[in-house]
Amino acid sequence: MAPNKTNTAIEIDPSALKEELVAKYPTKVARKRAKQIIVNKVDDCGEVPEMGANARTIPGIITQRGCSYAGCKGVVLGPTRDIVNLTHGPIGCGFYSWLTRRNQTRPEGPDDANFMTYCFSTDLQDEDIVFGGEKKLRAAIREAYETFHPKAISIFSTCPVGLIGDDVHSVARDMKEELGINIFGFSCEGYKGVSQSAGHHIANNGIFTHVVGLNDTPPEGKFKMNLLGEYNIGGDGFEIDRIFDKAGITLVSTFSGNSTYDKFANSHTADLNAVMCHRSINYVAEMMEKQFGIPWIKVNFIGANSSAKSLGKIAAYFEDDELTARVEEVIAEEMVEVEKMRLDVKSRCEGKVAMLFVGGSRAHHYQDLFAEMGMKTVSAGYEFAHRDDYEGRVVLPNIKIDADSRNIEELDIQPDAKRYRPRKTEEELEKLKSKGYRFKDYDGMMPDMENGTLVIDDISQYETEMLLDKYKPDIFCAGIKEKYAIQKKGVPMKQLHSYDSGGPYAGFRGAINFYREIDRMVNSKIWSYVKAPWQKAPELSATYAWEGMSKEG
Amino acid sequence: MRKIAIYGKGGIGKSTTTQNTVAGLAEMGRTVMVVGCDPKADSTRLLLGGLSQKTVLDTLRTEGEDVELDDIRKMGFSKSICVESGGPEPGVGCAGRGIITSINLLEQLGAYADSQSLDYVFYDVLGDVVCGGFAMPIREGKAQEIYIVVSGEMMAMYAANNICKGIVKFAEAGGVRLGGVICNSRKVDNEAEMIDAFAKKLGTQMIHFVPRDNMVQRAEINRKTVIEYEPTHSQADEYRTLAKKIEDNKMHVIPQPMHTDELEKLLIEYGLAG
Repeated sequence: MAPNKTNTAIEIDPSALKEELVAKYPTKVARKRAKQIIVNKVDDCGEVPEMGANARTIPGIITQRGCSYAGCKGVVLGPTRDIVNLTHGPIGCGFYSWLTRRNQTRPEGPDDANFMTYCFSTDLQDEDIVFGGEKKLRAAIREAYETFHPKAISIFSTCPVGLIGDDVHSVARDMKEELGINIFGFSCEGYKGVSQSAGHHIANNGIFTHVVGLNDTPPEGKFKMNLLGEYNIGGDGFEIDRIFDKAGITLVSTFSGNSTYDKFANSHTADLNAVMCHRSINYVAEMMEKQFGIPWIKVNFIGANSSAKSLGKIAAYFEDDELTARVEEVIAEEMVEVEKMRLDVKSRCEGKVAMLFVGGSRAHHYQDLFAEMGMKTVSAGYEFAHRDDYEGRVVLPNIKIDADSRNIEELDIQPDAKRYRPRKTEEELEKLKSKGYRFKDYDGMMPDMENGTLVIDDISQYETEMLLDKYKPDIFCAGIKEKYAIQKKGVPMKQLHSYDSGGPYAGFRGAINFYREIDRMVNSKIWSYVKAPWQKAPELSATYAWEGMSKEG
Repeated sequence: MRKIAIYGKGGIGKSTTTQNTVAGLAEMGRTVMVVGCDPKADSTRLLLGGLSQKTVLDTLRTEGEDVELDDIRKMGFSKSICVESGGPEPGVGCAGRGIITSINLLEQLGAYADSQSLDYVFYDVLGDVVCGGFAMPIREGKAQEIYIVVSGEMMAMYAANNICKGIVKFAEAGGVRLGGVICNSRKVDNEAEMIDAFAKKLGTQMIHFVPRDNMVQRAEINRKTVIEYEPTHSQADEYRTLAKKIEDNKMHVIPQPMHTDELEKLLIEYGLAG
């Protein structure tokens, strides 16, 4: 069973498939999509072809992407439990971004605030749009304050707020003064930028400006770091916390899984920033380095081997023999269970084919887990990533800044007069680098993928269906919007935004969970029995009008 | 029922001209409703003898869904029916959206129904066509006939030309037509000739030249139209003439807006060179 499928995938000529994918599009659209559908080729220097990422989606194409508000409120700030996240807008924006990402949190005691189970919205009505919504926003902030007495309230702007020009920042300033707690706003109107990626950037700027650095009290611990771009979906963050605890590493703050306001405020006291999702949070890492002197490194805790490697990288940074020994011990101990499960699952999954079209780092990270199971990723792509996430940060100086990106503020960060403290001297940094240690670096997804794999940015529904028909993959990973169309094609589908109802998949225990879950999915034949009545016995048949027409030049 | 919208540059005298013309039509026995589409809500002040009108949007805000037609209409001079759309204070909210909301509400309440036996509806619209909301009266077949108030001053003509561009867009999609330009004189040299030529270039007519007269100001300070304040004054007759000309007007066109160069040439020819 398995070998046949593998052969189908391997026999496909990706260049010919690319031609076929764009053939149905009008000429101009085809030209644009051709820049975002790339047959991977890694040359001897590790260089890959250019990817046309972070460009506008063409109207009419069914995209996977979300909006700027979703990126700001939903992704980056949603996982923080004790900030009242207030959506300023009509009720739908707030309601549909409420708890849909399955980020978990664990209050430390009965008195510890947890507002994540609440949905806060100003519920703008027609008359608020006409007369302006600022009064209602003030009233909502007062109400939230009186009811919950939170440490902070943040305001998220939805599209109509930007259109009518409500000044959420001045309201935030006034209310901060009135109530004496931290209140700050985000101009993250959904229409900003080409995808949710704009919202991530706006969130990074806001949290850095208004919260990071407010509390200088040094936390206890010898090896202090922040984990950036880990959102605790399905408990991923808890598993990573467990591993750090075991290894004796102190996590000052996570951005932003299971996070709190106080941890953000204190995060500049850490000695290292480790970045998981490069796309959504690299801005905070960069700004903390510039203002406070904290170096950052790229890590990945998706996959047991990747987790081990990342732990080793963190230990190497602190240059402490005891820590290194302890980390090695932890890895050895954890890997026993992992290996047992891995080998068992591999015997049934080896050679099977996966596809991943998700996020701005997940499509890359999860390839490690599939590889550990002996599965092959034949095609992958991101929803909202930029060129550096595909081709690596080496291309950063060559990325053309277009008007859409310029529209998102880039903060000018200077070293803090009092608190800038380089965590390593130039000599220490050079010494580490000479040993092959790499700071603020990310190679991107494409150099890690095989030649001849098909890399597709901002994949469309149509292209998805074509890939399913051609490659007949054993599993397809994407998000909820794609899920059911894929299952109707008879292909198992795993959500890698929200993990369906599963997780954690990070770290060592997460890897075991993932192996088990994927084994269950790819070795069940249930989806192949799905055949709709009309597929067996069609009552009508037809062709599209354009199918009969010759294509115009 | 004829549905007429009055546009023109801010401060050109749209509200004054509209109300005096409406007074003229009302005096002739016509049933006329004026809908003020300016957030300042001052489009019916002269007909009502003051700013005593509660606006549609204020009523909607305070009364909620339970709004009756009589809550938002007020009888003015010579049985003219006055409505003010209203809107937010300057600098907040969305006035354009407000106009859309209030015109929709008027429709739902049956303000335009046959049972109301209206001969005319006049929309008095704020300044330039700044956004979709201010184009509302000429969208979806609400107003069919537009008059642009203009003077011989350059910026007023620029604005008029711009408004014509908006009319073209909606004329092609719906039935709206330009009925003419009304020259509200600012005593510019060669004003009547220039506006006449301007109108012809646009493919329309200068329907009337309203001379400048201080009587208009005197009537206004007394919160009245000239026709009500000083019925025998020559200026009252000018407005009566304008009303009659609009009543008899058969010329309804899709305008041909000019290029800026062309417009400037016209100004030099008639204004500066004259």
